[in-house]
Amino acid sequence: MTASAPPMLQVEGISVAFGAVQALTQVSLDIHRGEIVAIIGPNGAGKTSLINVISGFYHPYEGRILFQGQDRTRLRPYEVAALGVARTFQNVALFKGMSVLDNIMTGRLLKMRGSFLLDAVWWGPARRQELANRAFVERIIDFLEIQAIRKTPAGRLPYGLQKRVELARALAAEPTLLLLDEPMAGMNVEEKEDMCRFVLDVHDEFGTTIALIEHDMSVVMDISDRVVALDYGRKIAEGPPELVRKDQAVIDAYLGVPHE
Amino acid sequence: MASTTRGPATGNGHAALDPALDTFPKLVADNARRLGDRVAVREKDLGIWLAYTWRQYLEESRLIALGLRSLGFRRGDKVAIVGDNRPQLYWAMMASQALGGVPVPLYQDSIEREMQYVLDHAEARFAVVEDQEQVDKLLHVRAECPRLEHVIYKDPRGLRHYREDCLLSLEALEERGRAEAQAHPGAFEAEVAAGRGDDVAIICYTSGTTGQPKGTMLSHRNLIVTARNAIAHEGLTDREEVLAYLPMAWAGDHMFSYGQSIVAGFTTNCPESGATVLHDLREIGPTYFFAPPRIWENILTAVMIRVDDAGWLKRRMVHALLDVARRVERARLGRQPVALGDRILYGLGQLLVYGPMRDNLGMGRIRIAYTAGEAISPELLGFYRALGVNVKQVYGMTESSALVSIQRDGDVKLDTVGTPLPGVEVRISEGGEVLYRSPGVFLGYYKNPEATRETLDDGWVRSGDAGVLDRDGHLKIVDRAKDVGRLADGTLFAPKYLENKLKFSPFIKEAVCIGDGRPYVGALVNIDLGSVGGWAERRNLAYTSYTDLAQKPEVYELIGREVARVNRSLAEDEALGGARIRRFLLLHKELDPDDQEITRTRKVRRGFIAQRYAALIDALYSDRREVAVEAQVTYEDGRVATVRAQVRVADAPAATAEAVEAAR
Repeated sequence: MTASAPPMLQVEGISVAFGAVQALTQVSLDIHRGEIVAIIGPNGAGKTSLINVISGFYHPYEGRILFQGQDRTRLRPYEVAALGVARTFQNVALFKGMSVLDNIMTGRLLKMRGSFLLDAVWWGPARRQELANRAFVERIIDFLEIQAIRKTPAGRLPYGLQKRVELARALAAEPTLLLLDEPMAGMNVEEKEDMCRFVLDVHDEFGTTIALIEHDMSVVMDISDRVVALDYGRKIAEGPPELVRKDQAVIDAYLGVPHE
Repeated sequence: MASTTRGPATGNGHAALDPALDTFPKLVADNARRLGDRVAVREKDLGIWLAYTWRQYLEESRLIALGLRSLGFRRGDKVAIVGDNRPQLYWAMMASQALGGVPVPLYQDSIEREMQYVLDHAEARFAVVEDQEQVDKLLHVRAECPRLEHVIYKDPRGLRHYREDCLLSLEALEERGRAEAQAHPGAFEAEVAAGRGDDVAIICYTSGTTGQPKGTMLSHRNLIVTARNAIAHEGLTDREEVLAYLPMAWAGDHMFSYGQSIVAGFTTNCPESGATVLHDLREIGPTYFFAPPRIWENILTAVMIRVDDAGWLKRRMVHALLDVARRVERARLGRQPVALGDRILYGLGQLLVYGPMRDNLGMGRIRIAYTAGEAISPELLGFYRALGVNVKQVYGMTESSALVSIQRDGDVKLDTVGTPLPGVEVRISEGGEVLYRSPGVFLGYYKNPEATRETLDDGWVRSGDAGVLDRDGHLKIVDRAKDVGRLADGTLFAPKYLENKLKFSPFIKEAVCIGDGRPYVGALVNIDLGSVGGWAERRNLAYTSYTDLAQKPEVYELIGREVARVNRSLAEDEALGGARIRRFLLLHKELDPDDQEITRTRKVRRGFIAQRYAALIDALYSDRREVAVEAQVTYEDGRVATVRAQVRVADAPAATAEAVEAAR
């Protein structure tokens, strides 16, 4: 990461509203290649909305989003995914009846070139492709240490493991930008430490750029290079974690101050 | 009653070794010649079983050895080996031995302080470890272990940004090995040829239930002769399949997965991870299998949870047919005829229950299975035998190269550990302690002549176990000699005997019985979170944590019934039946090796528990119904926290037969 390189993701003055509710107001944000950026803020601050805008679930009524220099403000979620942006969800969104392995394999869908006929007879390129994808998925299973639950239906897993499987599925898409919506919510201390380790390892091993929403300040301090704080849909602070933590606006947002 | 018993003679002398094949590296080179393309070791990696032949086994070990040589390895150097069972780590052991060095396997879940002690005491210059987790621990203690020069790791994940000079990947080491082979052709072969059968082959640190661990030195001769005698005795061939999943630091794994595998030439299989063992067991279907009692217990518990989750009809069928199997097995062991009705039902059971269950557990191909490391309850052993799995008790310890006696096929008694192996003599001292002498008896404790003198006397080893020889020459282990005591009224009391009976219950994970010098027996019990949790769920009993669940009155009732069952079964034992459990309590936390309450091989450290839980033990001998406790919890990174709880104390219910039946 050098200061002169163009940011991987540029969010420029976007605003999102749902009817009369202003979810985001002129939020700007850059994410550079190789960074881990944490997005913090009280409940309802607009963190998930921001992630949803980046991943194409919502479209802003003003402002624009550049990914690797290209304007992609109005792309659909699957188009964004095809560009190399993968995400996890705040409320785990796995196929509950499918095995962990199959869930992760769905993360490879965008990498597969299907031919209905060849797939049906499991022959030639279809077979080679499936094997290559499976081999890739096995690397991720090994990486996230979930070998023991490979064949377990996702819905039967405890919450902490479901989160890990979701991360695995996101990684299967070989993302250049990974968006994690509260990857550690609802976990105990040990599970959080494991998850932190995995996030750092992913960053290390695959060089993935990561933006994550997180509430636990000790986690944020530990793993992020930069922190963006939101409150009432506006960006109130941005910078290295130790500075943002001391920022008066951030402290006020979390502790609450009277509004005029 | 016989006072000495001997294993059968082996003909050509028990300890004779061919000098051309008197070390493990020489044997592996021989295997590579004889069995070349046969599979020596398998490892499941990325979901696929990878096989390595004996030729590859030798070649990989050679590269590692030459790599170590290029780093200045000298004969006699110690190499710490830390990690899960991996072919590469077995090769590292082989490589160290090939250079005349000594591998020192460490328990992979040891905390830093324990590792530091062993590394420092063993004066290890090299360490070969599995991954980042172990590297981190070693780097933390490195300042206190000045002799440690090189840390070699197998899995580079997460280590990319480590800049310490002492670190080297296994791949890079093998690369150095290749260069070394070019520069010094024949060096490996010369080093191997220089090895002697009486060289130290391994130092196993035994955790012990008291004090600092001791480094047990075993020679190639100790291990090879013991392995060879047991192989001949048990009729093992080069076609066996074993699963290597128990800690490499445990002498048992070393004997089965390394010693016997190399001597007999059979295949060792390394599971994918600790969590996948039961699954991998099923994929491999071993023919030869060993497990300590706790694993047999865990498997039984897992099976019973699933049986109890099944429908009414299946559940009744399984329980009824298992009862038949137990009856039939009891008759067989007692060499009594089996009633015709039972024979028919047993056949039906094979078809409907035993066969499918064995198959489901991955035990369908087992010819010989051992339970070792701890006493097993006769009920538990009987269950597996009834199911048709040939589980036998083995007795031994690190100091005897893991093996002293084995129950022979066709001569199995549920409550003994069998008869001595060939070349082994067993004697009971006047104080009731088991003594043995064999070609497998260790060379001594490393740098600890005092402890060696205390244990080794004229070739006889003091086992520290209290035992008796029955009239058929079977050895029966009662308990640790120092743990056997008497109640205040003089009744004989063997805590482990009671604890094993308690642990037979799927609801009880661990138990500690107290009674020496006391008016009656009291028990501290750890519930099994999985099975009691499942039981609670089926009854819509909500709980928040282990502590909360353990303190539910309903759970006390449940465990009370198990205690009553134990008390009832005690009535059948003449010698030890007097000591029944009068009061018990359910501990608010699980006993944990990190808290030093049990050893890494899960042996209870009584002295420590008596001290830490003094308040609870006092409550067992008062009429209080409740007691407040705090306990320290040590996390794996060494941090310490305190847990506070209220613990209830209960009387054991009167053991009426009806109550026990109702509970079932």
